[in-house]
Parts: sequence; C-alpha cells; structure tokens
Amino acid sequence: MKQDKLIKAILMAVALSAIGGLGLITLFIFKEGLPIILQIGVADFFCSTDWSPGEQRFGILSMIVGSVAVTLGAMAIGVVFSLGLAIVLTQFCPPKVAGVLKPLIELLAGIPSVVYGFIGMVTIIPLIREYVGGPGFSVLAASIVLGIMVLPTVTSISIDALNAVPRSFWEGSVALGATRWQTTHMLLLKAARSGILAAIILGMGRAIGETMAVIMVTGNSLEIPRAITDPVRTLTSNIALEMNYATGQHRKALFATGVTLFIIIMALNTLAMAVSRRRVAGGGNR
Amino acid sequence: MTDAMEYKLQASSLNLYYGRFHALKNINIGIRPRSITAIIGPSGCGKSTLLRCFNRLNDIIKSARVTGRILLDGADIFNSGIGLTQLRRRVGMVFQRPNPFPLSIFDNLAYGPRVHGMRDREELEMIVENSLRATMLWDDLKDRLNAPALSLSPEQQQRLCISRLVAVEPEVLLMDEPCSALDPFATAHIEDLMRKLAEQYTIVIVTHNMQQAARVSTETAFMLLGELVEFGDTTQIFQNPRQKKTEEYVSGRYG
Repeated sequence: MKQDKLIKAILMAVALSAIGGLGLITLFIFKEGLPIILQIGVADFFCSTDWSPGEQRFGILSMIVGSVAVTLGAMAIGVVFSLGLAIVLTQFCPPKVAGVLKPLIELLAGIPSVVYGFIGMVTIIPLIREYVGGPGFSVLAASIVLGIMVLPTVTSISIDALNAVPRSFWEGSVALGATRWQTTHMLLLKAARSGILAAIILGMGRAIGETMAVIMVTGNSLEIPRAITDPVRTLTSNIALEMNYATGQHRKALFATGVTLFIIIMALNTLAMAVSRRRVAGGGNR
Repeated sequence: MTDAMEYKLQASSLNLYYGRFHALKNINIGIRPRSITAIIGPSGCGKSTLLRCFNRLNDIIKSARVTGRILLDGADIFNSGIGLTQLRRRVGMVFQRPNPFPLSIFDNLAYGPRVHGMRDREELEMIVENSLRATMLWDDLKDRLNAPALSLSPEQQQRLCISRLVAVEPEVLLMDEPCSALDPFATAHIEDLMRKLAEQYTIVIVTHNMQQAARVSTETAFMLLGELVEFGDTTQIFQNPRQKKTEEYVSGRYG
C-alpha cells in the first residue's frame, strides 16, 4: 500500500512535469509573440505580404497562403493514396499480406524528414522542372513530398476506422447481394466517415507543421504563388530560416509566426477530437 | 422434377467442414414453399451453419468447405448459373441482432435495390413505401424517412431489417434467431409478422426458443451435433417425436 502511494506520487510528478512543460512552451511563445502582433496591428501582420525585417515590416500573408497551399496540395495527394491503401488493406487483400504491409507503411513515419526533403530535391524537383515547368522548387514539389509524409498517419487511422465498423453491417450488406466494392463505398466508407475525417485532419496538422522537408523543396520565395509550379515560403520555414540571425523586433515577429502556427494546429486538433468524439457519442448514428 | 415443385429449397447429402471440424453431417432436408420451417437444437448443433448454407454466407469463412447439393427451385446453388449476388437477392437473411446500417431509414431500404442497379428515385420511393407497409412500419415512419435507422427501437430495427429484405423481392427469408434480442411483446409482434409474410415467402427460422418454433412453424427440424436427428410436422415433433433424442430435447431434458 505504501509502495502504491509512492509510485502514484512519482507517476503524478512525471505526468505533471510533461504537462507543465507544454504549458510553459505555450506561455513562452505567446509572451514573446503576442505583443508584437498587437504592436504591428492585427490587420498589418496577417494581411500584408510585405515581409522586410530590415525595414521593420512584418506581414505574413504570403506565408499563410504558402502554408495553406502546400497543405491542401499535400492532402489532395495524401488522402487519395491513403484512403485507397486503407480500403485495399482492410477489404481486398488477404489478411496475411495486410499484416506485412501495414507495419511497413507505418515504418514510413520513422524516416527523418530531411531524408524526404533530400529525395524530393534530387528526384521530384528535376522531374517537375523538366516535365511541368517552372523552377522545380514549388508548391507542387512540397505537396508531393508532404503527401507521402502524411501517408502513414492517414492510412493507419483510416484502417482503424474501417476495422471498427461492426461486422454485422458488412454481413447485412453481403447478405443482400452486395459485392465487396459496393459494400465498401455504399456502406463502410459512410459508417467510418467520422474516423476517416479525423485521420485527414490529423494528417493536415502534420503537413502544416512540417519544416525541414518543406524548406528543401519549396524555394522559400516571399511571393504569393500564382500557380502550383511557383515557389513559396511556409510559416514553418520562415521561422527555421531566419531565427538563427534574428534579433529584437524581427525575433519577436518570428515568435508571432509561431503563435499563428500554434493556433492553426490547435484548431485542427480540436476539430479532429470533436469529430472523433461525435463518432463515439453517436454510436455510429450517422 | 416433382421434387423441385414440391420443395423450394432442398439439401441433399450436405456436409460442411470448418477446417477439420465436421460441422454438418450428411443433411437431407426439403423446405416447402410458402411455409415456415423451424430449425431447433442446442447451441453449436450446426443450425445457424445450415441456415447460412442456403444463401452461401459461409463462403466468407476461408476454412469452410461444402460437399453435397442444395437445390433452389431445382437448380443447384453451388454449381448452376445462379451467381452469388442473384442467389442472395432471392434468399435473404435476417440476423440475430437487428443490424440496420448507420444510414437513414430511406437509405437502408433503398440499399438492396441500389445494390441491384436501381437508380430511379420515384421507383425507389415506391419500393420503400411498399416494403415498410409489408412490415407495418409505414404509418410510424412515413414522416421521418430521413431519420437515422439506429434511432429506432430494437423491434422497429428488426422490422426495418425485414423490410430491407422485402425491398429486393426475395423468395426465401432466412431468419437466424430473429427475436433473441427482443422483449416478449416485440417477439409476439415479429411472430405475427412472420405468419403474414409466410403467405408470400418461404421462411426458414433458426431458434433457441422451442415455444417459438411450436407457435410459428408448420414443420420443424431438430439438429444435434451437426446431424439432422428428426424432421417433420411441427405438432408431431413436439407431441409425438419418433427419436428418443428429440423427445428428450423438446421435453427440456437438455439444451
């Protein structure tokens, strides 16, 4: 009993210190970043495309657009492949094959992002330059690289969502004469919809937060992109590229960029949780 | 061809193995059209397995292997030109636990027709209305066809599942303990519904509940350890069984 109490106290301390760390980071980012947003003016900070630290002008609109463009592109590519994979692995391939392939796909999550960026640089960028046009460093390149990077997250959670659909639904459908494909698209995808949506949102969070691979393939230009072959800079790359030498207002503006990212990712995570909670509460009512 | 006329479904020398386990042993049974046939027996006797042979739902179990023949209107369901999709349209199944899909009431009922290629909205609406009328749900549900099917009561859900079958105009209804998840009142209502449906469909019901078999069926089959011990008129099975094992079971000595 005494031992239990001791262990409980130790575990509690460990848990609290982890949460405390998270709290401190949040506090620090906001303390450093929030005042400068107010000082520059919310409208000027978020709605101007003029980022000239030398002249004390800090507008991050082009980077917001960059992050959004790259993320949407990544999701367009990642979701199609992830859903396809999840459907094949849960419905169409022998369980033994799925048992081998699923861990392999999850292994993709363990490859360092700098490796993805490097592969993007040496293979995808020359291909885009040659066959699609533009400098190669572009929204398109980042979308492809990030699309592959979100694959393990989205696939894995979608597989769990599809596997969580009660077998009785599947049996009912098959007993009505439906084929596997009919059962999949007419019933299973609808029954697993909220789980799949949560997977997509979590994938988005990962895509929007990715830094290294993105720096290596986007070209980091400060213009608002006009085409998918144009180079862009994202919020994350902005911080990573300039933090090394930034001081004073400039440094604070980078923290403010971090605040922006923080809010976007928090919003996405909250959305993901709300969506997956609805699944539990609704008992598959949708 | 006389057999084919006399029986809607007929199994002969039917054996089924799950891997090495011999689950159905040399079953011979004929199901008469437009009647209710009950299959009774203790848990694990193979009654659900036999039921699932009639719409080949056992096919989804990898280790299952079948020998022998099952004739539907005289045509072998394993070897003739009847495709799986077609077979399951003609031989529908109601499950132990009501399993409406997590879709709206309308989409549940339209599911079968859509699977079989029906796209016309007006025709779908007509099918939905008729199949709800067949199970006497129409008056209760006509104003909320877009409500989620899972919001219905268990009895309504089971009726909905029967309507969902009726919507594809089957010939045979297989019912696998359709009332075991329902209360006594709901059970009585579903039994009334079965009697009404038997005017039009051939019904085979698997049940744990001997009184239910006695109440609704015209013929009863008693199974034990994968064998069909006795098959005959329901009154005869319950009041004057020929086999000792049947007598012991229906008098409640085991099971």
